[in-house]
Amino acid sequence: MSTFEERKAGFLAIELDGAGYKNIAAAVLAAESAGFQAATFKDTPEAGRTNALQRAAFAGPVTRTIAVVPEIDTVYTEPFHVSTQLASLDYVSGGRAGWIATAAVSPEAAAAVGRSFVEGDALAQEAAASIEVSRRLWDSWEDDAVIRDVATGRYIDVDKLHYADFETPADFSGAAYSVKGPSIIPRPLQGQLPVLAAASLVGEGLVPAYTVDAVLVSAPTPELLAAEVRDARARLGSSVAIVAELDVVLDSRGQAAESRALSEQEAGTPQDSRFARFVGSAAGLTELLDSLLREADGVRLHPAVLDVELEELSRLVLPELRRRGVLRPPVQDGTFRDVLGLAPAENRYSTTAAAPLAAGK
Amino acid sequence: MTRDIFQPSGQIQFGIFFQGVNSGTIWKAPQAGSQTDFESFRHIAQTAERGKFAAFFLGEGLRLREHLGRPHALDVVGRPDAQTMLAALAAVTTNIGLVATQNTTYNDPADLAHRLSSLDLISGGRAAWNIVTTDNAWTGANFRRGGYLDHADRYKHAEAFVVTAKRIWDSWETPAGPARRVLHEGQHYTVDVSPRLPRSAQYRPVLFQAGDSPDGRDFAARQADVIFSAHPKFDDAVEFRRDIVARSIAAGRGANAVQIMPASEFILGATDQEAQEKKAWVRSLQIGPQQAIAYLEQFWGRELSSYDPDGPLPEIDPVVEETSETRGSGFHGAKARQLADQWRAEAKDKGLSIRQFVTSKTARIDSTFTGSYTAVADHLAEYARVGAVDGFNISPWLIPTGLDEIVNHLVPELQERGVYPTEYRGTTLRENLGLETPVRSEEPAHV
Repeated sequence: MSTFEERKAGFLAIELDGAGYKNIAAAVLAAESAGFQAATFKDTPEAGRTNALQRAAFAGPVTRTIAVVPEIDTVYTEPFHVSTQLASLDYVSGGRAGWIATAAVSPEAAAAVGRSFVEGDALAQEAAASIEVSRRLWDSWEDDAVIRDVATGRYIDVDKLHYADFETPADFSGAAYSVKGPSIIPRPLQGQLPVLAAASLVGEGLVPAYTVDAVLVSAPTPELLAAEVRDARARLGSSVAIVAELDVVLDSRGQAAESRALSEQEAGTPQDSRFARFVGSAAGLTELLDSLLREADGVRLHPAVLDVELEELSRLVLPELRRRGVLRPPVQDGTFRDVLGLAPAENRYSTTAAAPLAAGK
Repeated sequence: MTRDIFQPSGQIQFGIFFQGVNSGTIWKAPQAGSQTDFESFRHIAQTAERGKFAAFFLGEGLRLREHLGRPHALDVVGRPDAQTMLAALAAVTTNIGLVATQNTTYNDPADLAHRLSSLDLISGGRAAWNIVTTDNAWTGANFRRGGYLDHADRYKHAEAFVVTAKRIWDSWETPAGPARRVLHEGQHYTVDVSPRLPRSAQYRPVLFQAGDSPDGRDFAARQADVIFSAHPKFDDAVEFRRDIVARSIAAGRGANAVQIMPASEFILGATDQEAQEKKAWVRSLQIGPQQAIAYLEQFWGRELSSYDPDGPLPEIDPVVEETSETRGSGFHGAKARQLADQWRAEAKDKGLSIRQFVTSKTARIDSTFTGSYTAVADHLAEYARVGAVDGFNISPWLIPTGLDEIVNHLVPELQERGVYPTEYRGTTLRENLGLETPVRSEEPAHV
């Protein structure tokens, strides 16, 4: 028999794209005070959308508990830059950064940077390579590489810096490349940032499951979502956290969700969204999230209109989920790794651990 | 025509250059803080804003410096990505400009233009781009592109890049959009993009440029708003201004179109003597015995650790067969022996030890203002009077408190003399620098 106490409470993330670039601080503070564990920032090429990583960076210093998690494309970007930018995001957010690694299926993105269009299996290869580059670069400085040793005049211990020496695999479909390293920034505060990707991008022959920390699972309807979560769990094993994707339109300010959903074109979630969509009352959503959080590690909500939905979520949904014990309370100054229940990240290059053996101890 | 006659503004402004990787930032003093913690950046940016600084600059590194084939161990190293850090600082500051040093070789124009535009919108019109170029395969080893650019093409490529970025920024038709598609087909890259961000409050990011060769100066005179120069000494600064005014007019821009802010260091005290004592202390921490030997090793191309830093320069000759990206370019090939001879003669002539010689070579003598607050303020007022420069880009030798005395003591002296702003003129960097609204770039620009 599974009791309340035995079951690990889940977390909730919220997509903040609807905040635009003028109200980032207000939106992320509202999400933090509502008790969301993570805020995510979309980065698809739409008019008016600013760079997701920069919005996440802006949100970093004004918050204390909420993780800031941008989408960054892996196909038409330079992996070395991506790695440095994400490590920097971890510094400016005090260890609350994550990365939703996306693989853009976009002839426009290819043309913008003058590269050939990538599609099919090659997308997962590009994503896997980019994630591997970042992970190696994040480890390329051991945690205690900055020694500031006045006696010897050394600012860093060179033995604790490592070349990433990455090369794309022999069967790489795109243009082969290599990355030398080390990183130009010390190891991120979390050691390794949690990496999330769409479940469709992860698995055998795609991005290897062991290289990501969580997958984002989607289904056409709320009813099918729990089944999809169970499928992903069975397919990917228990070491990968499962996050369910859900569009949300709530009854609000005297208007039924149904009528709002039809009338509001400025919505943050398009009608043709590939995510399951909940349309209804706060109480109904609470029931759905209660059941989803029993299957998934977390749920990411995509509010139709950020200000409107956030108000309902904050007032009616999250407090009730916490009261029922299915939603974790926020932890001040916790890391995003903590939210996902990840152990401290070991450094693949660590020389400190190997030292006693080398010394014959 | 007044447009062709330079008019001094009678004012100077300050910028802060947080270098990140260098030998000038002291890390050995107990007051030295972290070079990576956000708190260091927040403290220095907010202090600068309290002192009405026009801009906060971040440097960029794309590969760690090496020394004799390994990462260089002795100086400050390891820094955040410029635009990510500036986006975070935008949240905790309100008026100061946010300048990202970004390379034209290992970025894509459409992507960089979008990210700078993004920073500009997020910060409410405070973003700027300090344009730099790279041309070596050693840096390219970290990028998909690899080493693909010849040195001779450096500025041609950079200018095509900047022109493309400007066209992207200028492509937004009305406040609500839509944007014109921007096409560029060049020797090194192809861009076909429909830009997606509107203009910011300052129209587009301010452009800084730091090249000093004749090609670099012409590039700046054609494209930049501000030159981040290497000419802070008074006579040199006046001469540099004359040269840039002439080049700006030749490029069809006004005499005042391009501003000049030299890199500089300030070592100050209540009295001149106190400042001189502080300078000796600063220098001793900047160039310790190990840094002095390493400096020579970098040019000699060989290990010199058996030499006494307080003794004469090494009598053995430099390795000349090998060249390396991290060795001084003046020491490549046969020049090495000749320059080593010159250095030995110079050190012997002046009676300098290795450490003293290296200190004399590396200390930013030309860029350092040393003295009491009042003496330095008087000196800077003279720059403002004749318009030798528009401001100074200060590299603090201490992080994060290196601006405190400048803001607390030097700025008020300058304000009393009427040569330094007492308030920000506006909320955008362009307003605060007193730059004109840029003219929309012509279409099509074939470069």
